[in-house]
Amino acid sequence: MIPALLVLEDGSVFRGHAVGALGETVGEVVFNTSMSGYQEILTDPSYMRQLVTLTYPHIGNTGCNAEDVESDHVQAAGLIVRDVPRMASNWRSTESLPEYLKRHDVVAIAGIDTRRLTRILRDKGAQRGCIMAGESVDADKALVSARAFPGLDGMDLAKVASTPAPYEWAEGTWDLDAQAFKQPAKRFKVVALDYGIKRNILRLLAEAGCDVHVMPAQTSADDVLAMQPDGVFLSNGPGDPAACDYAIEATRKFLDAKIPLFGICLGQQLMSLALGGKTLKMKFGHHGANHPVKDLDNGRVYITSQNHGFAVDPDTLPDNVRATHRSLFDGTLQGFALTDRPAFCFQGHPEASPGPHDIHYLFDRFAQMMQEAH
Amino acid sequence: MPKRTDLKSILIIGAGPIVIGQACEFDYSGAQACKALKEEGFRVILVNSNPATIMTDPETADAVYIEPINWQTVEKIIAKERPDAVLPTMGGQTGLNCALALADHGVLEKYDVELVGASREAIEMAEDRELFRKAMDDIGLESPRAELVETWEQAVEAQKKLGFPAICRPSFTLGGSGGGIAYNIEEYEAIIKRGLELSPVHSVLVDESLLGWKEYEMEVVRDHADNCIIVCAIENLDPMGVHTGDSITVAPAQTLTDKEYQRMRDASIAVLRKIGVDTGGSNVQFGVDPKTGRQVVIEMNPRVSRSSALASKATGFPIAKIAAKLAVGYTLDELDNDITGGRTPASFEPTLDYVITKIPRFAFEKFPSASSRLGTQMQAVGEVMAVGRNFSESLQKALRGLETGKSGFDPTGLDFADEDDMATLRRELREPGPDRMFYLGDAFRSGMTLEQVFDHTHIDPWFLAPIEDIIAAEKAVAEQGLTALDAERMFELKRMGFSDKRLAQLLNTDEAALRQLRHTLNVRPVYKRVDSCAAEFATSTAYMYSTYEEECEADPSDREKILVLGGGPNRIGQGIEFDYCCVHAAQSLREDGYETIMVNCNPETVSTDYDTSDRLFFEPLTLEDVLEIVHLENPKGVIVQYGGQTPLKLARALEAAGVPIIGTTPDSIDLAEDRERFQQLINRLGLKQPPNRIARTPEEALTLANEIGYPLVVRPSYVLGGRAMEIVYADADLARYIRDAVKVSEDSPVLLDRFLDHATEVDVDIVADADGRILVGGIMEHIEEAGVHSGDSSCSLPPYSLTAEVQDELRRQVTLLARELKVVGIMNTQFAVQDDNIFILEVNPRASRTVPFVSKATGLSMAKVAARAMAGKTLAAQDMTREIVPQYYSVKEAIFPFLKFQNVDPILGPEMRSTGEVMGVGHNFGAAFARSHEAAAIKAPPLGKMFLSVRDADKDRLVPIAKEALQRGYSLVATAGTSAFLNDHGVACEHINKVAEGRPHIVDLIKNGEVVYIVNTTEGRQAIADSFSIRREALQQHVTYSTTIAGAKALLHSLDFRGEGEVNSLQDLHDKLNQDVHPA
Repeated sequence: MIPALLVLEDGSVFRGHAVGALGETVGEVVFNTSMSGYQEILTDPSYMRQLVTLTYPHIGNTGCNAEDVESDHVQAAGLIVRDVPRMASNWRSTESLPEYLKRHDVVAIAGIDTRRLTRILRDKGAQRGCIMAGESVDADKALVSARAFPGLDGMDLAKVASTPAPYEWAEGTWDLDAQAFKQPAKRFKVVALDYGIKRNILRLLAEAGCDVHVMPAQTSADDVLAMQPDGVFLSNGPGDPAACDYAIEATRKFLDAKIPLFGICLGQQLMSLALGGKTLKMKFGHHGANHPVKDLDNGRVYITSQNHGFAVDPDTLPDNVRATHRSLFDGTLQGFALTDRPAFCFQGHPEASPGPHDIHYLFDRFAQMMQEAH
Repeated sequence: MPKRTDLKSILIIGAGPIVIGQACEFDYSGAQACKALKEEGFRVILVNSNPATIMTDPETADAVYIEPINWQTVEKIIAKERPDAVLPTMGGQTGLNCALALADHGVLEKYDVELVGASREAIEMAEDRELFRKAMDDIGLESPRAELVETWEQAVEAQKKLGFPAICRPSFTLGGSGGGIAYNIEEYEAIIKRGLELSPVHSVLVDESLLGWKEYEMEVVRDHADNCIIVCAIENLDPMGVHTGDSITVAPAQTLTDKEYQRMRDASIAVLRKIGVDTGGSNVQFGVDPKTGRQVVIEMNPRVSRSSALASKATGFPIAKIAAKLAVGYTLDELDNDITGGRTPASFEPTLDYVITKIPRFAFEKFPSASSRLGTQMQAVGEVMAVGRNFSESLQKALRGLETGKSGFDPTGLDFADEDDMATLRRELREPGPDRMFYLGDAFRSGMTLEQVFDHTHIDPWFLAPIEDIIAAEKAVAEQGLTALDAERMFELKRMGFSDKRLAQLLNTDEAALRQLRHTLNVRPVYKRVDSCAAEFATSTAYMYSTYEEECEADPSDREKILVLGGGPNRIGQGIEFDYCCVHAAQSLREDGYETIMVNCNPETVSTDYDTSDRLFFEPLTLEDVLEIVHLENPKGVIVQYGGQTPLKLARALEAAGVPIIGTTPDSIDLAEDRERFQQLINRLGLKQPPNRIARTPEEALTLANEIGYPLVVRPSYVLGGRAMEIVYADADLARYIRDAVKVSEDSPVLLDRFLDHATEVDVDIVADADGRILVGGIMEHIEEAGVHSGDSSCSLPPYSLTAEVQDELRRQVTLLARELKVVGIMNTQFAVQDDNIFILEVNPRASRTVPFVSKATGLSMAKVAARAMAGKTLAAQDMTREIVPQYYSVKEAIFPFLKFQNVDPILGPEMRSTGEVMGVGHNFGAAFARSHEAAAIKAPPLGKMFLSVRDADKDRLVPIAKEALQRGYSLVATAGTSAFLNDHGVACEHINKVAEGRPHIVDLIKNGEVVYIVNTTEGRQAIADSFSIRREALQQHVTYSTTIAGAKALLHSLDFRGEGEVNSLQDLHDKLNQDVHPA
């Protein structure tokens, strides 16, 4: 086994072995408690510049395949796990996780006490860290690298994660029985601003009847509105939302235009900033697939997928904001709607992938909003 | 919406006696439900016939009825208590069936009682396979193709459509009773006909075969606002075809991608909504085709279940407690997740950062004539659960926690060069039995590839690979030798879950030396917490497991601690009674200010509920695992006498390692179990034992047998539950026993005791303190004569026929014994009384099976008093010095699993085979006996033909019974010898052929439904074999039978009281107790 180590900015050292590419990688170390969906997590652009530790100890059980991806490559800066089983077993698996990681040049470490790591992150907050994998790993050097990572505060990654060129999206979710992506009918023209968009968002928009035009992050609001869409979608994405001034500006214009507007994750934060609100860095964020969120309109509790390190400070939002969803883990604002225009957003991930499908209804709500605006 | 205020009192229906398929997990669930509802201020009324439960402690509910669970009795309770609601979902199938019967008979309507937790419609839709299938069709979920048949002719048609193998499941039976897989038409006919018979609605569902498919269970909780959560997804290691209760299962699900898992999650929730489980926990089972991923719904249970108990322990999410609160109006978000100290709500899905493995434990050694192949009917009697940070560790911990003498993947002893042995190996892989894991290990040892093993077993390769790795590691360890074990290698092996003992075996050293080496290398386990949230939130709940990692979270305190060692997996002879005692020890010492620490690995129990003790270590009960915990916690005292043989076996070694054992010393325990030392003690005290000898060679056995004379009870030394015990009547019997049943040697001698015919057996339970003061808990007179294992016989407290003089003499003798043995804690003594001669059969200076029964009958919490005595509080200091002899009678009756095992003789004997017990209370013995039979669902024979066939020694005693039967209006029929004898004694009796004498014979008569009651006593191996078909047929045809004269006599007397008399709550009974009979 090839040695690997993980060093945190606080000096904690974890020694394990390499399960991916060799080399060195740095980023913000976060933990995700979802027990399934590692391929979706790795390919989720919101994990850009993050070293993800998965708390479930066996990762790689079902191998990797071509369908369970949220973008065209691995986005996480590194992977930290307790164990990668020798045998992947699933009828859809085409490649083992280590093969997949190597092919995508992702540095990954296994064999460490991930629970100890998680407890450090829980108590001290997300840490800058460095994974080194290879025969000559050096903890001192790794510590220097970890501390040299600037952190995500103030870092604009949306434009990095975004598509360089516009494209259209039409296919729905993967049908496990038919072994094919669904091909839904198109009813609405939607422009989706890509700040690091997950494919399952595109798939669920398509299934809600949207003919989706994906545009680069820095596309101006005027250009978007000139396309005469029925609605605009603000995607999820990595980094500090407050640093995305172009996106905040565009969002402000969409709000002014009173065009149906739906935001997810970073999209919610952008909408808050556009409304004059503030966002803040969370201690260790929300990363998991078991987060209870209460729908304040109907009182129901939904189990949601979450992945965010920044949150909206609800006290800074204007009066035309009506909270619609709240986290039952820590009371943070999980969704809101505007009272005077057709705009709403959600902090978690209604598209799941990975995670429960409980809150898929938000996509239908967007469709309905566009229907009503017609 | 918060708690409903329109409900004031709620009746909870328990699950009744422990039977295969319905065990102490329902005590765990039921006790939680009672506690939860009491906490909410409801008046909780409980009915459960099983005295050996925590839920029937008077503290658990406001009114506890240890009464039969049938609608007639429950109606009486409802009429008396007038509850507002009935919660039927905590008592397993028994609870649901009783609730349905109450609804069917209009009882709920008559008394305006609401069914909460699950509606009648929901129960019916979930339980009726045809309705369920239609419901699944309605919501677009696939089920296996199937046909419901009600006749053999329909079954033939169904089979033509579905092909072989055909999976047969009778409707509405417990644990899949009577089900099976048929590979040919002959088997099919046998299974269908038995299934139609066993099903209370006489229908069987024939399913398309999903053999080899993957099997999953989802534990779902729903509240009335339609909030749904999945508490746990469980994946079976055994593929479809093995009942899930008999399967090795793993949590969380391992081999599903997120897409597949979420599809299953969506389907589970859709099932609950469709079935209409408005509130509470349910489980939904799925099959998945490993080749295509096709997913089908197998079944659902609209109630808490065995798997919900497992899921609760696996995740730290108390399903039954939450389900009970949801049933009274709460929603999930209004309830706390206790394990995080309320930091998070109950409306979330637990996430695991460890792997859970459950392995069932079987008792086929008790039923040698039954097939030990696993199938669709559950046969396991217990289970072990283990927690590890990877599957290998979890699996190997579970294997050693099973306590079947294995310390990991021990070889089975097959010779791989021998073609017959290889054929055995392949068969064991293809047709799994209880030891399949060990054959799997051998398969890899024999050089089979993973693909070959998969082809034989269809176990998912994900599970096979780590087993292959473990076997490869074993080989490397053996080859590299002790010197290769440096700290790094040792750590690596311990991370794979290897026990010290297994490593020692591989290295030809002893366990102590290996452990010494490990400690020298400073390789020790750390303890992680089960917190439901993978460490995302801090927890103060000390629910822990060992593993080999970097960080230890145990955080031991410096308080005064008492550590209680539990009983491990349930088995016949060691079950819930011992868990009951352990729980009481923890409760009482916690009340007294000690920090209590529980160690156990049985997920079904109350003892492994994380709030029973201050700290819970979910660990195997092996010397290694216990020593490490003691090292960590440094307790003031360790209690070994409550968990049955499991901790007792460790007592000597623990003591030798300096562990402070409190209560009776291991030496005294040993003294009582060592025949020779014990005999000297008996002689010293001037007491009597049946003449007995110890033989160390077969020749010696025959010589000694003739010295004391036949009949003899023979058994190997050191047994619990009468394993391999037999009564022999002649040299030939003894010779055969020694040849077939046991290995006699210097190390494992065989014990010979003169069998006392027609003697009355008596159990006496006492508590003793360090001052030598004795408190008699209860004297129990057995109904069946000596010779029937004490765990299998029914008994009465107080005695119903023993004279006051004999009882006083028993008190005198137990006092002498307890003082001589320096007992501190509980002591159980078994006597045989023959014509006023008192013989001591055995003394057990430890908790016995009868402790909970005595406690329920007398109101004296023996286990609590004794635990305090062990911790140093004298009986006087506890003000517990007076024996309580109730004016009412309590009868304990044993419950047997014979229907589950084909070809097993239900005759009672010295080998214990009962799985559970019920209790009946009455103002006299007959009334109590009748009530206990109602609780055991033993039919009162209607008027008709009674069949008599008794051994010669019983013929005199049969005459009064026969006369009474005639007086009661029965007619008599008997085989030649018995009928001639009766006719000679002026009792009119018809004659019928024995089976061997030509037709029509007695079995024809039984099959034709012409016999209402059978009295059949017999002795000697041949006579027993000859009459086997009579007893078996009686069992199948539900004809009441007695296999002892005393049992028959008691049954006839009790007929006057069947269905009569009022129902009594334990609280009312205990209030009336006369506290002043016998001073201590």
